[in-house]
Amino acid sequence: MKFLWFHLMPYKELPDDFREKHPSVWVDIHSSLFDPKRAHLMYNEFLDELEYAAECGFDAICCNEHHSNGYGLMPSPNLIASALSRRTTDTAICVLGNSLALYNPPTRVAEEFAMIDCISGGRLIAGFPVGTPMDTTYAYGTNPSHLRDRYYEAHDLVLRAWTEKDTFAFNGRYNQQRYVNIWPRPIQHPHPPIWIPGAGSVETWRWAAQMDYVFCYLSYYGYKMAQNVMKGFWEEMARLGKDRNPYRAGFAQVVGVAESRQQAYDLYTEPAEYFYGRCLHVDARFAGPPGYVTEATQRAGIESQVKMAAEGRAAGGPSTNASSATKMQSLARDMKSIVENGYVIVGSPDDVVEQLRELATTLNIGQLMLLMQFGNLSSETTKYNTRLFAEKVMPKLRPMFAEWENRWWPKPMEKRQRASLPAFMPATAAE
Amino acid sequence: MSEPETSTVDLNGFATRVWRKGKGPKLGFLAGYGGLPRWVPFLDRLAEARTVIVPSLPGFPGGDRGHSVLDTHLDWVLAVRDAIDKSGLAGADLVGSSVGGSFAAEVAAIWPEKVKRLALIAPFGLFDERDPATDPWAQKQEDIPGLMTADPDAYRKLKAMPAGANSVEWPIEQTRANEAAARIFWPLGNTKLERRLPSITAPTLLLWGEKDRLIPRSYAGTIAKAMKARTETKIVTGAGHLAELDKPDEVAAAILEFMR
Repeated sequence: MKFLWFHLMPYKELPDDFREKHPSVWVDIHSSLFDPKRAHLMYNEFLDELEYAAECGFDAICCNEHHSNGYGLMPSPNLIASALSRRTTDTAICVLGNSLALYNPPTRVAEEFAMIDCISGGRLIAGFPVGTPMDTTYAYGTNPSHLRDRYYEAHDLVLRAWTEKDTFAFNGRYNQQRYVNIWPRPIQHPHPPIWIPGAGSVETWRWAAQMDYVFCYLSYYGYKMAQNVMKGFWEEMARLGKDRNPYRAGFAQVVGVAESRQQAYDLYTEPAEYFYGRCLHVDARFAGPPGYVTEATQRAGIESQVKMAAEGRAAGGPSTNASSATKMQSLARDMKSIVENGYVIVGSPDDVVEQLRELATTLNIGQLMLLMQFGNLSSETTKYNTRLFAEKVMPKLRPMFAEWENRWWPKPMEKRQRASLPAFMPATAAE
Repeated sequence: MSEPETSTVDLNGFATRVWRKGKGPKLGFLAGYGGLPRWVPFLDRLAEARTVIVPSLPGFPGGDRGHSVLDTHLDWVLAVRDAIDKSGLAGADLVGSSVGGSFAAEVAAIWPEKVKRLALIAPFGLFDERDPATDPWAQKQEDIPGLMTADPDAYRKLKAMPAGANSVEWPIEQTRANEAAARIFWPLGNTKLERRLPSITAPTLLLWGEKDRLIPRSYAGTIAKAMKARTETKIVTGAGHLAELDKPDEVAAAILEFMR
């Protein structure tokens, strides 16, 4: 089992009355809520936490891309990844990822990922999300009706840019470049492992399955709600005649561990309620730009609703086929329901081991992404959470899936060939 | 209200619905935002005096997934020109509303011989930062009817699923219409139509709903000012963006009068 420590980098000081006074954490969140001097401290704490996780023995540290977003301060995850590359030695750097359709030309992604791969000595995991509607269509103005096709084409272009030896012309539907020839080139051969984060679109996991990429289900709603999507993914794998290697799949889970269950509640209730209450407060106006959710996914959603209605069952929680903002409309926001619905896993090390084992077994997940800083969780408690997890939880889960080969993990340069950490440390930092 | 004759024409490999009803000289209609999932009273009023011909736009109800192969503005304009030619509307009078109004204006500007007289009901195609149009694609589902028509029920009635319709495909078809509009007009609705308006030679009637909450009425003035052909502007009292749904009798009467 692989353990990936994932930071969203939330702005930690949204006001108490944020939900009442402000329509959305995303797209049109007001600039007056952002204090750059506070953000200076937050960014540096966040980077410390990621480096700390690497030191504690997590297999990878992860960052991702969001725009105009009060819970994700990484419009450019590549900036964060490059800083991490210089401050860690053996940990994989997982960028989940670059929303390909937003880069013009997309060869920018091929270049920057190649840079990170070179700087880190071949430790990059290259994530390619389609991107949420809030990020791609509203904040960045990309046409929702073209988004997915642009994404696929950009993927083809990046892959060719990484692998073709000679300068070539790319004559695409959306991108035309006479001279594609990126410098630098990635260390990993033929290219860094490709992981596809998604939030449940049928096309996304179907495509990841076909391409033999890792599919990462980035849900904030826990593993109980994820069963349908992952079931669909593994059925598709079976249909394609591929094995059930759990390393083909990743899942993101909010986790808070403490000495006892009570202590965990004491530590993590406020940050969890901050996360689900304020961070995921998205205006319903941004729920569904037409064309973003493909007709196949719409069809699957409507059919499952019709089926549930026919069987007299009410839909339990957000539909897996609904758009991310729609899901965020209907979620639980108080700790009791947050825990009961299984959004977060909090408790003693044994509680957490047990639930994560169930998660990994039922979803068949080998690449486990852990959100261990969430909401306004302090840096101190984040480190405590991280350390305790590494010491008490990780060793018990580590042996899971040992019989499978993880073919989707970075293959860095040999250690003796790699540059050493910066020798120069400013005096103040060393004290 | 009796149903029209229905036939199809091929647009880029997609069977596209054409409605036809009435007697007299031909009059074409290109539908507005959301398209026409059903025949409406406004078209009946027109059909009392004219042969009304209504080709669907690609991706709109009756237009299958025709939008999916249209990438550029040129692709769209050529597809609409083909729809007009293939439904026998070349050289006839043409009415367009909202999204369809923008295309009617494009065809009249680029191929002046194809349009005899033109009527535009609050067309898309412009954007003014000082008086911005509302974003139809960033709305709560329940707010859309009130944005499209002054009486929200007018739009709701247009979109209500008829008995016997496929309950899975019907809503998908309505979303597809919104996607098709987004495909050409995302994010601001601005296709720089203003630049081509001076090329229109057809006498043009500009109709604008008094209560249009989607596209500001000031755009009527901008359009009239940019045009060289004779224009006449009429504000439709009590109507919203899709004025032909709110006030079918008044809008049809104004068009028939102008094109008499």
